[in-house]
Amino acid sequence: MATGRPGPAGIGASARRLGGRERVTGAQKFLADLRLDDLLHVKLVTVDCARARIDGIDAGAALAVAGVVDVITADDLPQPVPRFGPVFADRPVLATGETKYHGEPVAAVAATSRDAAEEGARLVAVEHQVLPAAVTIRDALDPRAPLVQDRSLRPGDPLAGTNVLRERCYHWGDVEAEAADLVIEHTYRFPMVTHFSIEPHGAIAAVDDDGLTFWSPVQHPYLLQRMMAELFSLPLAKVRVVAPDPGGGFGGKQNPKFEPLLGFLAMRTGRPCRLVLTLEETFQAVRRAAAEIRVRSGFTSDGRIRFHDIESDYLLGAYADIGERVVTKSNYLACGPYRVPAARIRAKAVLSHTPPSTAFRGFGAPQITWAVESQLDEAARRLGLDGLAIRLRNLAAKGEPVVPGDVPADGDWEQSVRRAAEAVGWERSLPPGRGRGIACGIKAGATTGLSYATVRLLFDGSVLVFAGTSDMGQGARTIFAQIAAEELGVPLDRVRVVMGDTTIVPFDLQTSASRSTVFMGTAILRACRDIQRQLREMAADLYGADHESVAVERGRVLVEARQVPVVEVVQTGLGRLRGELIGNGVMRKADMPDHPLGGGAAFYEFNCTAFEVEVDGDTGEVLIHKHITVGDVGKALNRLQVEAQDEGAAIMGLGHALMEHLALDDLGRIRNLGALDYRIPTTKDVPLELRALMVENQDGPGPYGSKGVAEGSLLCTAPALAAAVTQATGAVIRDLPLTPERVWRQLHEPGSV
Amino acid sequence: MTATRVLHLTVNGTDRSVAVEPHRALLDVLREELDLTGTKECCAVGECGACTVIVDGRAVNSCLVLAIEVDGASVTTVEGLAPDPDRLSRLQDAFLERGAVQCGFCIPGMVVSARYLLATNPDPTAEEVREGLSGNLCRCAGYNRIVEAVLAAARADR
Repeated sequence: MATGRPGPAGIGASARRLGGRERVTGAQKFLADLRLDDLLHVKLVTVDCARARIDGIDAGAALAVAGVVDVITADDLPQPVPRFGPVFADRPVLATGETKYHGEPVAAVAATSRDAAEEGARLVAVEHQVLPAAVTIRDALDPRAPLVQDRSLRPGDPLAGTNVLRERCYHWGDVEAEAADLVIEHTYRFPMVTHFSIEPHGAIAAVDDDGLTFWSPVQHPYLLQRMMAELFSLPLAKVRVVAPDPGGGFGGKQNPKFEPLLGFLAMRTGRPCRLVLTLEETFQAVRRAAAEIRVRSGFTSDGRIRFHDIESDYLLGAYADIGERVVTKSNYLACGPYRVPAARIRAKAVLSHTPPSTAFRGFGAPQITWAVESQLDEAARRLGLDGLAIRLRNLAAKGEPVVPGDVPADGDWEQSVRRAAEAVGWERSLPPGRGRGIACGIKAGATTGLSYATVRLLFDGSVLVFAGTSDMGQGARTIFAQIAAEELGVPLDRVRVVMGDTTIVPFDLQTSASRSTVFMGTAILRACRDIQRQLREMAADLYGADHESVAVERGRVLVEARQVPVVEVVQTGLGRLRGELIGNGVMRKADMPDHPLGGGAAFYEFNCTAFEVEVDGDTGEVLIHKHITVGDVGKALNRLQVEAQDEGAAIMGLGHALMEHLALDDLGRIRNLGALDYRIPTTKDVPLELRALMVENQDGPGPYGSKGVAEGSLLCTAPALAAAVTQATGAVIRDLPLTPERVWRQLHEPGSV
Repeated sequence: MTATRVLHLTVNGTDRSVAVEPHRALLDVLREELDLTGTKECCAVGECGACTVIVDGRAVNSCLVLAIEVDGASVTTVEGLAPDPDRLSRLQDAFLERGAVQCGFCIPGMVVSARYLLATNPDPTAEEVREGLSGNLCRCAGYNRIVEAVLAAARADR
């Protein structure tokens, strides 16, 4: 009979998801499911354009609504209005003087019911003047464009008189000196897309004698704690962050957005204040940066890359959020997983009057990969090679540099490429009307990191693991339990993983960049080994053996000829008063101040994706027969989870490749706001065959040789798919997404798109 | 304050009476008045399926149904799917067995839609499962495992 109990625990086994039972029964408590006494509901007040001068706000009518307790505007905040952000402290708690993007709150209403808050928000009169807005890359880079950020926000910044937040230049070799048989130059565009976590964003703040508490499904609880401590001038110990499991994050829930506003409201009203955004408001809160990328590339006649000369403009929003880091980190690896003798990469992070772009699965790599991988296919077609051959000719072998002087290729990536080619049937003859495409993607894993873990081996042999990671669906909780189960030899259902409360779990820097298995996983492994050390000492004392001769393996303590179960050693050793063994572990990857990224990648996430497609010439629709994705994962600690993560990323990649884009009007308003007009893949959009494969060589830095996974499968979805469409139809498309209309136009009216 | 009306519902087999305002969606009544928070709110316009419940044998988006319209109805939510508190239904178990669950926010609506599908078509093809779940959005899982889970549950029930 089905019991929902966890399956086998061993490393590599497909153990069932911890917390899965709660998720299929409805018992899992997400942010909006939490109930607090005396709660106030908060609604944001916005104006119907991106940029407007605020001339006055009249809250009189709103305050007259029964149930409305408070209306807060920028004038009610400390002056100057506090600003915050993960890198640049540029985002004001509420818009002050001028709104900068459509959806930026100018005020907020707190009321005893959601209805009253919404009614109050409708009645707040915002006298404002619509101002011209810069909403495209071209608009924002125009010297006559309005400045998105006032110069005073950027003291000492030579670019402060422009909308360019940062410009990065990476180069090696001499692009001008490289002799090439073929030089091609093209421009590629990647649109704004949004995360569309099924759980809309939200947070709760409350104040009590112990300080401020925030409930937020945030990926980085300790970042939120630090930022709120700074903003409210509180000791860290007086800011508690409770982080319920996010209902999807994908990078969108990394950085605080409205928590500061809720903190001020909670302090003003003395009551817990809750904001749960609508899906439409969530669209206005997070998105991926759009990009326009010009690439000039040189090749030898046999398909070797001589150089790439790349200029990429990424369209950030009105506030930097983590967007500048997205541009920096992704463009650093713009040339991909290949040997490239010369490169010049100039990347601009461009501010605009649009919703702030932030981290989004792949962290800027899908944009640059779209451009540079498509160049390889263009070159292959011109040189009479195929997409597989040109990649194999250039792929860096294990140990070869990808960026000279930096961390070399850390996997045998050719295995992944050959696996993908084989699975898609690359060498088989192509059925009529079909096309195949293949592409590679690479992303730098975390460049710095710090994770602490505590593991407690309790008197009955059961185990508590304390980790500050957020489990947003990637399955970190399960992986952590599997590591503890493996190291301490206990069944998975005797392990409990505690997460999501800064008053309980030790510090973790963040849950991002596919880091948690490698960083927190290692910290947990070390905490378990700390317990093993204590067990060895305990056993040596108990049985009169030499410390060095005692070993702990899979739940047994080996003392000379004896094999004693761990629990027996614990109970005998601890004695009548009981107690427990406590292990601590740390994984630190320190800053390298001279490195362009602040540190080399802890690992590379490498993926090869291949497609076989057919295109309906009458409608432009792309029918996907085969979609193969292969990740170089080091070691899958939970095969089921790795496959499922990769499949999910692959389908998310199909979203931006085939259908997703945010459409903005001249006033900077998103015109397809919400689920009716912004389409993501459904069950009807999945490929006829989707296979997520992996290469395991145990060559990663994480526990048991693991690497980070689950961003890889969307890095190169678009170029692989587009190459297949080109082979099937002859149509070359350089602007995403490949909507039926765009494909049809390219087939029937070439040059019009 | 809008006038309220007392609504009688059978929710997961239990009779419930609750005073509701006429503009309240069934979703709000379930979540706010009856504290059945398993049913999720995402798009609130009937597109994502996270709020799917079964009303008198039909799957509906509870965000689009006015509560007073279903006075006297029998409602099944995700909390009512398991045969008893210690046991999962085959369908729920298949979702876990097949690795169909990631963040889990869409899963209550997904499992309820699947329950409805199997109630009306006990032996569906994969294409019929995809059609039946096409109104339920998932952003994590990529759907294939969800479809496999439903097919596996159907096989187990045969």
